[in-house]
Amino acid sequence: MGHEMLNAWLYIGLFTLVAAALPAIAIFLAGLLSPRKPNPIKDATYECGVETVGPAWTQLRVQYYLFALAFLIFDVESVLLFPWAVAYQQLPLFAIVEAIIFLAILVGGLFYAWRKGALNWQ
Amino acid sequence: MTAFWQDPITFLRLWLEGLLLSWGVPASWVLVIRFAVGALLLATAALLLVILQLWLERKLIGRIQDRLGPNRVGPWGLLQPIADVLKIFTKEHITPAGADRVPFNLAPVLSVAAALMVWAVIPFSATVMGADLNVGILYLLAVGALGELAIILAGWGSNNKYALLGALRTVAQLISYSVPMTLSALVPVMFSGSLHLNVITQAQEVWFVVLAPVPALIFLTASVAEVGRAPFDLPEAESELVAGYSVEYSGLKFGFFYVAEFLKAFTVSLIFAVLFLGGWRGPGAEAYPVLGFVYLMLKSGAVYLLMILFRGTLPRFRIDQVMDLNWKVFTPLALILLMVIALADYFLRGTFPFVRVLGLLGINGLAYVVLDRLLSSRERLRRRPVAQPVRPVARPENLITSSDAGGQA
Amino acid sequence: MSALQWVFIIASLITVGAAVMMVASHRMMHAALWLAVALLGVAVIFVTLEASFFAVVQLLVYIGAILILIVFAIMLTQRSTEAGSRLNSLAWGAAGVAGVIWTALTYVFIRWVVSGTPMQELGASFDDVVLLGKALVDAEGFAVPFEVASVLLLAALIGAVYIAFERKGEGS
Repeated sequence: MGHEMLNAWLYIGLFTLVAAALPAIAIFLAGLLSPRKPNPIKDATYECGVETVGPAWTQLRVQYYLFALAFLIFDVESVLLFPWAVAYQQLPLFAIVEAIIFLAILVGGLFYAWRKGALNWQ
Repeated sequence: MTAFWQDPITFLRLWLEGLLLSWGVPASWVLVIRFAVGALLLATAALLLVILQLWLERKLIGRIQDRLGPNRVGPWGLLQPIADVLKIFTKEHITPAGADRVPFNLAPVLSVAAALMVWAVIPFSATVMGADLNVGILYLLAVGALGELAIILAGWGSNNKYALLGALRTVAQLISYSVPMTLSALVPVMFSGSLHLNVITQAQEVWFVVLAPVPALIFLTASVAEVGRAPFDLPEAESELVAGYSVEYSGLKFGFFYVAEFLKAFTVSLIFAVLFLGGWRGPGAEAYPVLGFVYLMLKSGAVYLLMILFRGTLPRFRIDQVMDLNWKVFTPLALILLMVIALADYFLRGTFPFVRVLGLLGINGLAYVVLDRLLSSRERLRRRPVAQPVRPVARPENLITSSDAGGQA
Repeated sequence: MSALQWVFIIASLITVGAAVMMVASHRMMHAALWLAVALLGVAVIFVTLEASFFAVVQLLVYIGAILILIVFAIMLTQRSTEAGSRLNSLAWGAAGVAGVIWTALTYVFIRWVVSGTPMQELGASFDDVVLLGKALVDAEGFAVPFEVASVLLLAALIGAVYIAFERKGEGS
């Protein structure tokens, strides 16, 4: 463990810096090369070709929130299942049944949400 | 000592290390320099690959649509992407009035960076790998989350309610498809017993796509939706929602959103090849690591071609169809298959490989047939005939009628 | 000072700074973005502790799911995108309570760590994720909390559906 893991993360850290620097430098260079002629009409935000009306606010539907919540729940569920999956080859049948119960409970939740119409877009 | 042709990257790495050490550079610095050079080369190679992708995609889509695609700039239009890049470098960077500067400018950089960061953990051959991370697969999924954050930044920073709405809708699609993707990514982990991508590759004596074709298909489809490619490309459909999260961007900033999309497409093909198609495995790949790299590129290239085919042939899904498909088909399917495969593989684990393969294939086939039946029965329920045969009905208004359906007077 | 300590110091400064900015922001969306920075800082601290699994889980769950949930919740709230600096009348009282709790926790941790053991060097073949997996399903381990966690998630899902849909008559 020890140093190998830290070395791996060091590489990832360096790679992140490079991956962020390359586009940033390119955009900077392009900024130098491109013309800069701002005027109020060009800078106005786009609204189907008409003048902007009102501040930029949006009233979201609760549907988005439900999708995000469902995603959160299944995300946490998957994260709890990953260690089990890693140990899977060495586990007895009891452990596998446990995970099946875990999954089944959440499948039940999914079907409940489905029946209640929480998963419809409109 | 490895010859150059067997394993060029390792050969170069050892040469560089030897050179630096002979200059008296301390060992820890050698490591950092080696990592930095490797990272720079890999990131640059990935971005150059995108240029090739731009050409390939336009040519192929053109052919699918019975036209030639770019053919003026350079032989077979090969220099077309370079011309496009040069053009976009010189376009003005318009910042909309009232835009939030930091999120607005950070978004394209973060989008590309998130797509690039995946390349750091991919095993390119038996000996060449960026970061030897023992939680590689989770890292792939986590970096996708950073990409979603970039989209939110873009939508918010544009000070445009349509951009914001488009961004949130896109993010809703992306996070929804993360669920079946994460769930079916559990299958290679189960089979190989590790989160480390190189271990998963090495465990694929039989490719995992053979052992678990349906989870592989779910993973592939969910990845295509994650990237926002056709037929799930509602986020970038001009006719649908003004223009989505990148509407206020111009010049190279917009160019980088475009680059990020193509990069993600190839990255996803690469991931699928590693997880399900055996990665760099192939005849002679251990002895000649270079072959491993070639195999990996061929496999991901094949998957990428498949994705181009999807784009050119399938009509776009509506947003409600997209969400339905995810939550009502893929997620339950992935969950149930996970349970079934977990149970089945426990019993098939000790048997001969042949029996195991057949058993798992059988289960997948069964799942496919059951799913097919379920979906077609739902379709039949929903489908209503467009034209009813005319039936005589005793109603006040047709008492006195001479229709040929026989209105009874 | 080794490089690792420098990384820890920088990451901690960024995390604490982002947390302060999050509380001090005038616009809720800015607060959410500062939260993202703070969570990234925490992930880096996990890395310095060689807890790779938890670092990626932090990224995946906190930044990938919880942050997005918070952003959607902010968007659901009317007029939350406007700038507003109305300080809650209880703000100073709350700050006082938080200060007291912080002092108490710091005292406890200092007393605890000083007499504690230093971090042990783990062997190269130590695979933490496998052990975690086995522990999660071990009957004498964490099997019951494992199953209870899924029931908790189910409760969250049902609760959200109920709240969103039983009030459907009042509009979304």
